[in-house]
Amino acid sequence: MNFKEIIPQKLKENFPELDIEVSDFRNDLTLKFDKKFIHDVSFFLKEDEELQFNFCEDVTAIDWAVRKNRFTVVYHIFSMKHNFRLRLKCDVDESDSTIDTVSSVWKTANWLERETYDMYGVKFNNHPDLRRMYMPEEFEYHPLRKDFPLMGIPGSLSLPGK
Amino acid sequence: MGLEAKLKQEGFFATKLDAIIAWSRKNSVWPMPMGISCCAIEMMAVGDPKYDIARFGSEVMRFTPRQCDLMIVAGTVTYKMSHVVKKIYDQMPDPKWVIAMGACTSSGGMYRSYSVVQGIDQFLPVDIYLAGCPPRPDNLLNALIQIQEKIGRTKASDFQNKPLPELNVIQNN
Repeated sequence: MNFKEIIPQKLKENFPELDIEVSDFRNDLTLKFDKKFIHDVSFFLKEDEELQFNFCEDVTAIDWAVRKNRFTVVYHIFSMKHNFRLRLKCDVDESDSTIDTVSSVWKTANWLERETYDMYGVKFNNHPDLRRMYMPEEFEYHPLRKDFPLMGIPGSLSLPGK
Repeated sequence: MGLEAKLKQEGFFATKLDAIIAWSRKNSVWPMPMGISCCAIEMMAVGDPKYDIARFGSEVMRFTPRQCDLMIVAGTVTYKMSHVVKKIYDQMPDPKWVIAMGACTSSGGMYRSYSVVQGIDQFLPVDIYLAGCPPRPDNLLNALIQIQEKIGRTKASDFQNKPLPELNVIQNN
């Protein structure tokens, strides 16, 4: 089956309002679309009999620092049945840095989204347990943002007394 | 050995209490293996028959701090982990010593970043800084020998009237 044609075609049939930007770089298929569709599209890709993207490999984000839509949230999903990998991208602006969770579709996404929230500060709507993954809970910053200094912000992380 | 020969002749010998306490203390240093990352692999190698830390009386790696004299901090200490390291250190009975094993514990090493403590001497009194990334097992043995020399110079009166530390309870975990 030629998934590179089937997947965009299937999505267009099922989501008439969806505006997909398809790119195929080095044999990796990437679909970029508006963030409000992320949950429905994910659910469709997983539950569709023909596609069965049953494994969410990674959820992460990109901080473009100065661009209008500052963040891009990236999902890597995988179909074990067809040994086919797909990348989904959604732009998120800093003024409303929220996106719907896909943890109800893939349970793995729960922790992956927590990590993305911790490192980039993108909030995931309807997430069951959106706590920080790596940094202490009282930490106020998001370390992988481009405006975060390499050596951190002095005094933001506590040390035990001598 | 001179000691047995002496005992055979006289049946007793005279020494200073400080000397015999320091001698027995330095030859039975029980380490607390605070193995946090890759340096811990080299620390394990120190216990094997090739390097054999038992030759120096330190083969008893205790996994409870309450029975230890020497904390070997082997690995990268993050800010989040520093509270745990300090809590374990506080539970060790006095007198106690600390080896900062490897570049990460001594200075942050190659992790010059927001999450790693740039040297555990910011919150622990370090006795020996051990160079290497990771240090070879014989280097750790050298650090132990130096700790033994340091212990050998102590007197029993050095450790009297030390106030008990207040244990910090970690709130977040």
